[in-house]
Amino acid sequence: MSSTFTLDGKTIPFDDGQTIIQAATKAGVFIPHLCYHPEFKPHGSCKLCTVKVNGRHTASCTMRASAGMVVESDTEEINAERRALTQMLFVEGNHFCPSCEKSGNCQLQATAYHLGMMSPHFDHFFPNRAVDASHPEVLLDFNRCILCSLCVRASRDVDGKNVFALSGRGIKTHLIVNAKSGQLADTDFTPDDKAAQVCPVGVILKKHKGFAVPIGERKYDKAPISEVTETTEGR
Amino acid sequence: MTLNEMHAEAVAGIVDRVVARYRRDPSCMVQILREVQEACDWISPEAIDRLQSTLGVPRTKIEGVAGFYAFFYTEPRGKYRVLFSDNITDRMLGSKAMMDRLCNNLWIERGKVSEDGLVSVAQTACTGMCDQGPAMLVNNYAIAGLTAERVDQIAELIRDKVPLADWPPEFFKVEDNIRRADILLGSDLKPGDALRAARARTPSDGLHSSNMRSWREGLPSGIGGPAALLDEIKRANLRGRGGAGFTTGLKWEACRNAPLKAGQQRIVVCNADEGEPGTFKDRVLLSKFPDLVFEGMTAAAYAVGATRGFVYLRGEYRYLLDHLNAVLAHRRREKLLGSDILGIPGADFDIEIHVGAGAYVCGEESALIESLEGKRGTPRNRPPFPVTNGYLDQPTIVNNVETFAAAALIALNGGEWYAAIGTKQSAGTKILSVSGDCARPGIYEYPFGVSIRQVLEDCGASDTQAVQVSGPSGICVAENEFDRVIGFEDIPTAGAFTIFNHSRDMFEVARNYVHFFQHESCGFCTPCRVGTSLLKNLMDKLHNGHGSPYDFAEIEKLNHLLQAMSHCGLGHTACNPVLDTIAKFRPAYDRRMEHDDFTPAFDLDRALAAARQMTGRDDPAAHITTKSGEAA
Repeated sequence: MSSTFTLDGKTIPFDDGQTIIQAATKAGVFIPHLCYHPEFKPHGSCKLCTVKVNGRHTASCTMRASAGMVVESDTEEINAERRALTQMLFVEGNHFCPSCEKSGNCQLQATAYHLGMMSPHFDHFFPNRAVDASHPEVLLDFNRCILCSLCVRASRDVDGKNVFALSGRGIKTHLIVNAKSGQLADTDFTPDDKAAQVCPVGVILKKHKGFAVPIGERKYDKAPISEVTETTEGR
Repeated sequence: MTLNEMHAEAVAGIVDRVVARYRRDPSCMVQILREVQEACDWISPEAIDRLQSTLGVPRTKIEGVAGFYAFFYTEPRGKYRVLFSDNITDRMLGSKAMMDRLCNNLWIERGKVSEDGLVSVAQTACTGMCDQGPAMLVNNYAIAGLTAERVDQIAELIRDKVPLADWPPEFFKVEDNIRRADILLGSDLKPGDALRAARARTPSDGLHSSNMRSWREGLPSGIGGPAALLDEIKRANLRGRGGAGFTTGLKWEACRNAPLKAGQQRIVVCNADEGEPGTFKDRVLLSKFPDLVFEGMTAAAYAVGATRGFVYLRGEYRYLLDHLNAVLAHRRREKLLGSDILGIPGADFDIEIHVGAGAYVCGEESALIESLEGKRGTPRNRPPFPVTNGYLDQPTIVNNVETFAAAALIALNGGEWYAAIGTKQSAGTKILSVSGDCARPGIYEYPFGVSIRQVLEDCGASDTQAVQVSGPSGICVAENEFDRVIGFEDIPTAGAFTIFNHSRDMFEVARNYVHFFQHESCGFCTPCRVGTSLLKNLMDKLHNGHGSPYDFAEIEKLNHLLQAMSHCGLGHTACNPVLDTIAKFRPAYDRRMEHDDFTPAFDLDRALAAARQMTGRDDPAAHITTKSGEAA
């Protein structure tokens, strides 16, 4: 590990095979992201972590670091683009923060604050998405799904269950569960599954525990997302 | 036994038969689903039950794949599933009137299944019959050249429940319409000649020769054939014909030099997912010159040392499958495929055909490979590239149909012969799919360097306003640019050449293309998934008379975002048709700028349309009138 690249002028060391975001995180530099999670294989779909490498846009969660790269991340231009992507995610689903149990612990909301998003800007799509309350212990509110596929990867790669998958195409892409009935209660999902812990937004919610921590005292209420260390817990 | 149980048993029998034919291999999922649907009319939950147990894959995987492709139905769509091609050329030839006629005839509503579950009528993206539209697919079999009379006959056949196999064969006749032939379309190559020539060729003085490997390891004599062929391909300066124009020799060499892990082999893939609206030349190459294409693939396999090949045939060309399989079988009998090709020990290569299922994005090579592996057709993260990590992680080349056809001729005649055709930067010929406003639509093969004006003259186009070259993801050329030429140095193209005369509204052309991209976005990345929908909404807003300069700014902003942030070329180019037409046909947009200040897209009267339809009312009292007193 002798190689380095520069990120917004700062020298960042990296190990062979590390991606830009991995090296940046290790060096304490925050790059906004939603579908990336340090414990899982990168997906590269939300595009929030896009940076400019030698002047070209690329997702920092899938691009491997190489010596001498010149990477720009925290610039006005890139943050404006990230803000627009965040706005897209907001209008694509139905996100009503004030009534959401995940408010304050939600990465989408925290990222929007971080990027200074003041309005959704685009016209809302108001999609019609049903809630799956079939499971006795866990609620699925698809209205908030941002299609990051973290639950898909967690269930497949860690739990070995394949409870979740993406189906449909384009704007009709949606999360499905592994049951003929299409209901979570008919899958082998349990609240202890890794897949139950990784949703960055408020789709996978544990029942009977609503608002156990009051709004105002939650993770991102205390510190902005850029300062909260990436851990597996509480996401 | 109940009726349901009998149904489930019958479905299980079909599924078992199909799954067995594909060796219980989940990587053939797309083919398995296609065949199950061909037999059962749709992919029912019972079919998925059985697939799950026989293939041993989770239900989510099957449903995820089935849900991705437009031609797979997880809900019943009728015994007859009619899809009208909705390319702009079909529209110009009156497809909408044909569709309305069929719907009226059958008493059904567009997009819905008839109440007796017999038939559905809907639309699909360009089916590659632009020179003989309007066209439709019935259960994925193409019917072109629709007339009112033909539509009435089709309605009758459906009402009488005549099986598709018993419909008059002339309905399914597809014309080649070859209008101008050059080296490819004029080729009379005898099957095997190109391979024999490649084998006989000795390496030149190490001009480009790379390290020796592959087929020739098993060759007792004729050392150097593959490397010599690769040299010829490089010397020919052949570049990919699918649109991107990557140098074929470099791609092949990278694949050839990619290390193989234990048990791996190299793969040759022919990209026949000709999905770009307005393109249909691969259809003609495959129907008229399949041996040329297969010979090119086999030559490629010889050069890179591949043992397995695929043709990824777009679902719209399903009707070509049996013919192509027959040609492959013939080549096997002639020792031009299979093991010990041409009697060379160890020269093993075979080709199988995979049929797509209605997904434009699968024309992108890594998405195509995902689809070949039986997955959702989502483009991969790159690097690594397919030449090192392609089909099932093996070194893979993916080339366009026309590229392989050209490669066969280069194998036969050599690189210098080929490089002398065309221009300095663009060697060889290009086949153009000419359609739209002209007297002689069809396919035209020219040496590179031909001007737009020349093509227009040859096809009998007059009063031309614009030409969309290379489809929606290409470029829209206006009258003052007609002296520009086809070639990598000026206007590169995958082959589409769609002509619009002055009576056409270029805004509506762009809007059709924007709808296309929105429909075909795979949904993987945020910018393309949401951005193409936002763009579609903006174009619809302009169409509906709510446009203002604000919306222009929004379109430009979206364009920048899609270009910068999208995962693949689909998103990168989705705004092209709009930007081009704004720049070159501004009056078509200015007519839509009905407001100086921002106006919302929402229209109360339009929002009530659903209620009017449900109540069967259309009287003045069922409308909200605007300030000016007119019904909106």
